[in-house]
Amino acid sequence: MTDPANTPLNALEEPEITRPPRSQWRDVWDQFSHHKGALMGGGFLVFITLAVMFGDFFWQVDPKKLDIRAKDFRPIYTVLWNSDAKVGWAHPLGSDNLGRDHLAQILAGGRTSMAVGWAAMILTMLIGTTIGVLAGFFKKIDGPLMRLTDLFLSLPILPLMLVAVTLFRQPLRAQFGVETGMFILIVGVIGVTSWMQTARIVRGDILALKEREFVLAARASGTTSRGIIFRHLLPNVLSPIMVSATLGLATAIITESSLSFLGVGFPSDFPTWGKMLADAVPRMQEFPERVMLPGVAISLTVLSVNYLGDGLRDALDPRIRGR
Amino acid sequence: MLTFTIRRLVLSIPTLLFIALVIFLLLKLAPGDPTAQLPLTIPPEVKAKIREALGFDQPLYIQFLKWLRQVFWVEPRVLIDYLTNTSTLFGWLPDTDFYTPCGALAEGVCDQRVVSWSVARGAPVMDIIVQRLPQTLWVVGMAYVVGVLIAIPIGIYSAYRQYSVFDQAGTFITMIGFSIPPFFTGPLLIVIFSVQLGWFPFIYDTTHKVTDWDSFIYQLRQMIMPVMVLALQVTAQISRFMRSAMLDNLNQDYVRTARAKGLGEAVVVMVHVLRNSMIPVVTVIALLVPGIFGGAIITEVVFSVNGIGQLLITALFANDMPMVMTITFIFALLIVLFNLIADILYGVLDPRVRYD
Repeated sequence: MTDPANTPLNALEEPEITRPPRSQWRDVWDQFSHHKGALMGGGFLVFITLAVMFGDFFWQVDPKKLDIRAKDFRPIYTVLWNSDAKVGWAHPLGSDNLGRDHLAQILAGGRTSMAVGWAAMILTMLIGTTIGVLAGFFKKIDGPLMRLTDLFLSLPILPLMLVAVTLFRQPLRAQFGVETGMFILIVGVIGVTSWMQTARIVRGDILALKEREFVLAARASGTTSRGIIFRHLLPNVLSPIMVSATLGLATAIITESSLSFLGVGFPSDFPTWGKMLADAVPRMQEFPERVMLPGVAISLTVLSVNYLGDGLRDALDPRIRGR
Repeated sequence: MLTFTIRRLVLSIPTLLFIALVIFLLLKLAPGDPTAQLPLTIPPEVKAKIREALGFDQPLYIQFLKWLRQVFWVEPRVLIDYLTNTSTLFGWLPDTDFYTPCGALAEGVCDQRVVSWSVARGAPVMDIIVQRLPQTLWVVGMAYVVGVLIAIPIGIYSAYRQYSVFDQAGTFITMIGFSIPPFFTGPLLIVIFSVQLGWFPFIYDTTHKVTDWDSFIYQLRQMIMPVMVLALQVTAQISRFMRSAMLDNLNQDYVRTARAKGLGEAVVVMVHVLRNSMIPVVTVIALLVPGIFGGAIITEVVFSVNGIGQLLITALFANDMPMVMTITFIFALLIVLFNLIADILYGVLDPRVRYD
């Protein structure tokens, strides 16, 4: 035990500063890496994204190729309890009733689902952030924009989506081709119907931020409104946007799969996870794995995104950080 | 409070009008001919007559106003007539005769109801919806009650023992409930409980009538799986809210006071903390009701429940636009209604909240 009175003196005599100053993002990462679920979720999300992007380099089977002789293969692990099952290394996850390879379909379907999810999430964030910033920063349009947000919040989203996708399917397909048209339609519909929460959160934060001294200082030194928004306000609302972006990604993936499941999504020969699941339901007594595989893929992806969002929320909140 | 309720009621009218406009425009602006599905043998001049009869030659705003009149004026009159004439609940009231049906015998002004195009050609849409509604309400209502009843104890206990094994497991399960979509839990339950174990039937038999004990048991067995799928989602969301509301209250000063004056732990948690935590949770329970109807669409398709969600999908594929418009508007009505209930409940339950 040292004499407590001496401690400050010793501290002053400390020869050098031992640690470099820590940046904010370093703190965020430290907090984030303590959240085991978030790390695993982030890791799985990166894995599944890479797998659906580059998986067809390693598994070069055309997901649409029909091979009626090799139909109804079971996944390779079925041998463990049923040695008579029709399995083969040519189709590690089995094949469907038209002989299309399941692994290739899962990869191709995942690419569609993830692409729709990411694109819809980015669109949602763009709309939500724009409306939130405009409403929070410019007092004149705050009222109308927030009423509009309230009105959108009371729309029945899923029925309206079903209606919109069914009705606008034909013209967009004619305009942009079958797959691109459907992609634009689904991304657009999800984006237009799910920006409201983000807009509300961003508006609340902007309202609080724009009364702070640094904004006043920026304005006093002659910064334009545009400069204040992009230079000073947007970086400060980045954390709530990131958290709602993870939520948006999860919702977008589920919504796309729901639409495909209900039969209003992509065309029938174009695999997505939701569509594979829907196609497998009539024969799930004989082939339960055809329901399980895409279902597990959707659920695990969404679960990992949700855990990632949980971890981000904790890491980006300065009140929780460091505890 | 009364003024607030009235003001809130008046405010919900423009909201409903806006939603009606969105639904109407969405269906009208969609390209495509409404008579395209009719057989090709019908000559073009007859087709033109059909379009005229359906009112498509009139300007958009006239069509919109006509539709509004049908939804807000004609249909309620039919409902009032039904209530006072034949229903058991209000049958004692003097019979009314507001609704004048159109037909060969009609003289002067008559009321044209919203009529289905293809699912039930020519029949009033509301009659079909009323037939389908009980199934949806039974499944959704049961799921909601079951979900809330499971969620509240879970939320209370995981907050009371924060970071315990139970809390960790509960948080994990709610996360799973959030993440697994109903169109996967549905088939999953069917594979496990109907195919492998053979406990429950996997098709919901809507013609089944409860007459005695055995048929009641059958009804219960066929309801368990759809109810469980929906209840999982409700449980996941509400138990999360319950947990965080309890955590907010457990560290408050009044809890310490209650303990300090010697109240038992059960009284402190179940009376003092629970009652205060229920305020936000009750509003959330009201706010989540419309969402569960959205989930019901998918659940009804999975389990072949003959409800309005399945009717919406059928009508959509059969190009039955009046049916689609009416069902979508009913969903919107539910959302507005439950938002209103949530707002009013919040004011009633929390004496700190005063709107006037």
